[in-house]
Amino acid sequence: MTGQRATGNGESRREFLRTSALAGAGLVVGFRFTSRAEAQEISTAAADFAPNAYIRIAADGTITLFADHVELGQGITTALPMILADELDADWDTVRLERLQDDPSAWPRPIRTVGSQSVRGSWMSLRNAAAVVRESLALAAAKEWNVDRVSVRTEKGFAIHGASNRRIGYGELTGAAAEIVKGDVGFSLKEPAEFTIIGTKRARADIPAKVNGRAQFGLDVRVPGMLVATVIRPPVIGGKVKSFDPATAKAVDGVKEVVEFENGVAVLANDTWSALKGRKALVVEWDDGANVALSSAGLRQQYTTLMGSAANVAATRGDPEALLRSSAASITADYELPFAAHATMEPMNCTAHVRADGCEVWASTQGPTGVQQTVAQLLGIPQKSVTVHVMMVGGGFGRKSNNDPVIDAVRLSKIVNAPVKVMWTREDDMQHDRYRPFGLHKLRGAVDASGIPVAWTHRIVSLHALSAGDTMGGASDLPYGIPNFRADYVTPPASVPVQPWRSVGHSQNGFVTESFLDELAVAGKKDPVELRRALLANAQARDAARYAGVLELAVSKSSWGKPMPAGQGRGIAVHAMTGSYVAQIAEVSVVNNSIRVNKVVCAVDCGIVINPDTLASQVEGAIIYGLTCALKNEITVTGGRIDQDNFNTYPMLRINEAPHVEVYTVASTESPGGMGEPGVPPIAAAVGNAVFAATGKRLRKLPFRLV
Amino acid sequence: MASFSLTVNGKRETVDVSPDTPLLWVLRDTLGLTGTKYGCGIGQCSACAVHMDGEPTRSCRTPISAAANKRVTTIEGLSPAKMNTLQQAWIDEQVPQCGYCQSGQIMAAAALLARKPSPTDADIDDAMSPHICRCGTYQRIRSAMHRAAGGARAEAGQ
Repeated sequence: MTGQRATGNGESRREFLRTSALAGAGLVVGFRFTSRAEAQEISTAAADFAPNAYIRIAADGTITLFADHVELGQGITTALPMILADELDADWDTVRLERLQDDPSAWPRPIRTVGSQSVRGSWMSLRNAAAVVRESLALAAAKEWNVDRVSVRTEKGFAIHGASNRRIGYGELTGAAAEIVKGDVGFSLKEPAEFTIIGTKRARADIPAKVNGRAQFGLDVRVPGMLVATVIRPPVIGGKVKSFDPATAKAVDGVKEVVEFENGVAVLANDTWSALKGRKALVVEWDDGANVALSSAGLRQQYTTLMGSAANVAATRGDPEALLRSSAASITADYELPFAAHATMEPMNCTAHVRADGCEVWASTQGPTGVQQTVAQLLGIPQKSVTVHVMMVGGGFGRKSNNDPVIDAVRLSKIVNAPVKVMWTREDDMQHDRYRPFGLHKLRGAVDASGIPVAWTHRIVSLHALSAGDTMGGASDLPYGIPNFRADYVTPPASVPVQPWRSVGHSQNGFVTESFLDELAVAGKKDPVELRRALLANAQARDAARYAGVLELAVSKSSWGKPMPAGQGRGIAVHAMTGSYVAQIAEVSVVNNSIRVNKVVCAVDCGIVINPDTLASQVEGAIIYGLTCALKNEITVTGGRIDQDNFNTYPMLRINEAPHVEVYTVASTESPGGMGEPGVPPIAAAVGNAVFAATGKRLRKLPFRLV
Repeated sequence: MASFSLTVNGKRETVDVSPDTPLLWVLRDTLGLTGTKYGCGIGQCSACAVHMDGEPTRSCRTPISAAANKRVTTIEGLSPAKMNTLQQAWIDEQVPQCGYCQSGQIMAAAALLARKPSPTDADIDDAMSPHICRCGTYQRIRSAMHRAAGGARAEAGQ
């Protein structure tokens, strides 16, 4: 971009940048990624400012972004360098990302790759830092040539003086720019129209190593002298070891140790197969504890009772009760969602080596900082004595923000005084997950004489995977203009462990609210798209136009309203979360009570798109993830034990069942929203609504069963 | 423990392991070829797929005793010097997300294309439905297989 525009928007680089002594010649500046979308807030107090990311321009012109965001296959290790390269006017081919992991002086740096935050939480801080560096390079060139700053432009890694046809590479400017960047540098950000890399398809940096077997996942870690451990855990939730005889396991070739510890009984061996054989040979007697009567049927009964008890109000307006009592057309519907496992393809695992001077950990994790904190607390050592090697993560979906296998590995390494790799088997992974919570939802609604909903209540009985607010996500903030409204919840007693599952409460509420809206459309004899249009036109929500935008785009790209053969149907659902808006139209066939989803048209408004192909890939994957849950997934409990244990009892959608997915985006100059999760919530509702259109049967319980 | 010989990625290997050890763990633990993945251990997900005498085989369900004297190809040996047409198609279509299942997917795809250079969608469904991808990359897997088939046809001048 040129230097013609007025520079400086009142910001001083002192507030959010540090020059740094990070190893390596050239120009190095440290800055700070914030953990949430308030990244525009850059005025971190100078006194407590500590960088958690660095930009380095080496003398040879190569540009490295050092950052801790975790690659989960969502493309963040490509998206961040794209943002940097664009704002810096760098040559894309010279920019790469490296992990910061081995620099303990940079701790603490609270990086967690969760909540679809990586782009939206980095966007402004990264651009601000890059813009200051660009300006410093341009000023250095102007000084070198003894010309006005405004006559210098920057492009593809060069400062250019057009009038004299001179150009100089960023690498050669690093010495002078490093001095300039220490002072106050006024800067300006590019306008979206000036982006040359953001919004273009760029090949993901992590992919080549994923097609030739070279990518190193957590489970691929091999450390000299390492033992491989498998842990038998109490089969009943909350149970304890009563007794066991280690002799049978120790008799297996290759087994070195059999250890009882806080998490169960571990068999440690020279190699994985010996550990698994040793485990099979081992008989453990359990003290099953208090949960032997825990069952899905019992929880359903308990939650049904709780549905009638006093609730906590999350959002309310108007007087829905009065309308529901007086309205001629009021309906009530009960929805039910089972526990769901994450089932990442790479089962949970961790490798740890506890030594006298600290601990080294190799983890497949969404939260390196959390791993470091957990290990430091467990061992009673300073955080900086814990080195965390972040491995490639074979699926996260929220599960790998939890440190259960880290605790296994650290405890066992300490006990046996050797490096230990703990591998959870698929059975361990499925039976000892922390699940998406089981939930009952009661919805009531009333429509007026013209068929428009005038009252809506939604009560949820569910454990909270995070907070009550997260449980209510997408339920309490319904965008539609319904004047009398209440969303509330009842929190049942703790039972089965729960944790976030891709899109958290939205994954459940997107299904429930958009299905029930379809029920109200039927009650009011309205076309489902027409009804949403009317309710969005009448909405109070500031962002109603963005909901409407994706609704219209999806409709225009689909055959909405056109007749379909008998046994086929179309359904729509709209949802928003993490600053992104999604509408999906599903086309289904129902044959012999079996549901086949043929096609999904998906419209997205996530603001500025960084890498459009990655966006499409996230949405395609989110639709399969949500659809698998809608059609197949159910974790149940009997006698305090999880009934499902592998992919034969907890089946996955496969290629022969996968719909054709089309993804369209709304052009936007809004700040980027997160896109790791928002593709999940609407799909179950879109499919359920399509099944209703095809069959007249309303599906209110996951997974869908027509008989 | 017993001694078994087999050819892995063109190299003769002799391993000294228990006869019931699955080929998967011989590849990963004994030979250090970690590109082949453990996903379920019961032949449900096919993350562990390799070629044995050219046939796609679930290495988690194949004891080393059944792999003795066989020719085994893993993802590392599919095209060691460079990306082959299929792997390049996987890159061109930007198939992998987390990538964990992709070694198995690519081995199955390679076996199908060797047998049937121009597969139909139904052929792809048959060959690839034993595989699970939790990230849901199925649509791109299909596109990459058609692309690789097209590329191979173009190279052959067809």
